[in-house]
Amino acid sequence: MIALVDYDAGNTRSVRNALKRLGVEATVTSDPEVLRQADRVLFPGVGHAQSAMEALRSHELEAPLREITAPFLGICLGMQLMCAYTEEGHTTGLGIVPTKVVRFGDDANRPVPQMGWNHFESIKQQSPLFKGVSTEDNVYYVHSYYAQVDDSTEAVTHYGVEFAAAIRYQNYFGVQFHPEKSGEVGLKILQNFLELT
Amino acid sequence: MLKKRIIPCLDIQDGRTVKGVRFVDIQDAGDPVEQAEAYSNAGADELVFLDISATVEARKTLAELVERIAETIQIPFTVGGGIQSVEDAKRLLDAGADKISVNSAAVRRPELISELANKLGNQCIVVAMDVKRDSKKDFQWHVVVDGGRTETGLDAFEWAQEAETRGAGELLCTSMDHDGTKSGYDIGFLQSLRQKVSIPIVASGGAGTMEHFAEVFDQGRADAALAASLFHFGELEIPALKQFLKTQGFPIR
Repeated sequence: MIALVDYDAGNTRSVRNALKRLGVEATVTSDPEVLRQADRVLFPGVGHAQSAMEALRSHELEAPLREITAPFLGICLGMQLMCAYTEEGHTTGLGIVPTKVVRFGDDANRPVPQMGWNHFESIKQQSPLFKGVSTEDNVYYVHSYYAQVDDSTEAVTHYGVEFAAAIRYQNYFGVQFHPEKSGEVGLKILQNFLELT
Repeated sequence: MLKKRIIPCLDIQDGRTVKGVRFVDIQDAGDPVEQAEAYSNAGADELVFLDISATVEARKTLAELVERIAETIQIPFTVGGGIQSVEDAKRLLDAGADKISVNSAAVRRPELISELANKLGNQCIVVAMDVKRDSKKDFQWHVVVDGGRTETGLDAFEWAQEAETRGAGELLCTSMDHDGTKSGYDIGFLQSLRQKVSIPIVASGGAGTMEHFAEVFDQGRADAALAASLFHFGELEIPALKQFLKTQGFPIR
């Protein structure tokens, strides 16, 4: 069973639609027990980090999300919430990775949010999430904050600065872009996630 | 590098595309879902749907249409037209729209932008503004509403800055002077606007040739360029346009 975390801060429909394309019907849930039993957990997120963390707390999902043993995929704000801290609202995240999330600086040549398609600077060799994906492939981003590059970084993209396009810690993966909105490349990444062993 | 975006825009009335689309591979020229898929396959980077239905009933069916579009395409799309409240916007986002756009309603009640941004996040709030050059003064543009019929007297740059401050995530700027002329985008306006705001700018109104797209990305410094009939009537094919821009050295998907 593929679970999609529902905590009133994620656009679950787009992810559900993309999974449907891959022939998978996801269970949209905020029940910790269902999440524990899931074979895959997808954790989308849009909006403000602080209100999203509050929503997680009010659904009592913080601890359950830290204890998932199945492959886990945070998307966009979902990935940022997997980090230790985000400057957005000075919010403490789930701390699955020690990474810090900061805001893009002012730069006349680079509007914020970064909105649109961008390719990769680098992808970690043998990354199972990016199997068959090249650094030339483009994926869709919408974000004003980014995770800093560190040991947990799985892929790097450049927008004025280098930032983590994807992170990984054991069974936990996170992507800053929207695979569910990134055409065939996005579908391939989601397919790779579903096929993780 | 972040790519420059090419965005076809479709006008929707009572669930159908208004002018229709002349594509060889389209069976039903008025079906927005089929058109969305064709554009997505042709390499469009995003799509914009503007509902120009006059009645409340027709607008209710918009959410169902958005659901069908979201099930069909794998690229982001914006939906606008008649959004007056957070509830209106949320209905469309829940149906699968990635962004919503507000225009006249936000000019009449600017707080709407703040309410939308606070509740839904600024990444999904597009403020669409229609501008007209001041005929008496140089380098001044005013905001017009109701499809260009009503002058507001509002300075376009001040309004753009207010929209940004209130939480708009992107501006969609249509030049009423250039719209439909096929003489190119309003580069002067876009250049000035770029110096006033730091959110992404989608340029609209005036595209007639491939060179106009190069110009709007280069001199106009736009992040994305929108066009409607030019694409719908097959005067310009998206794959050829993107190939042209690539050879000109622009970052294109």
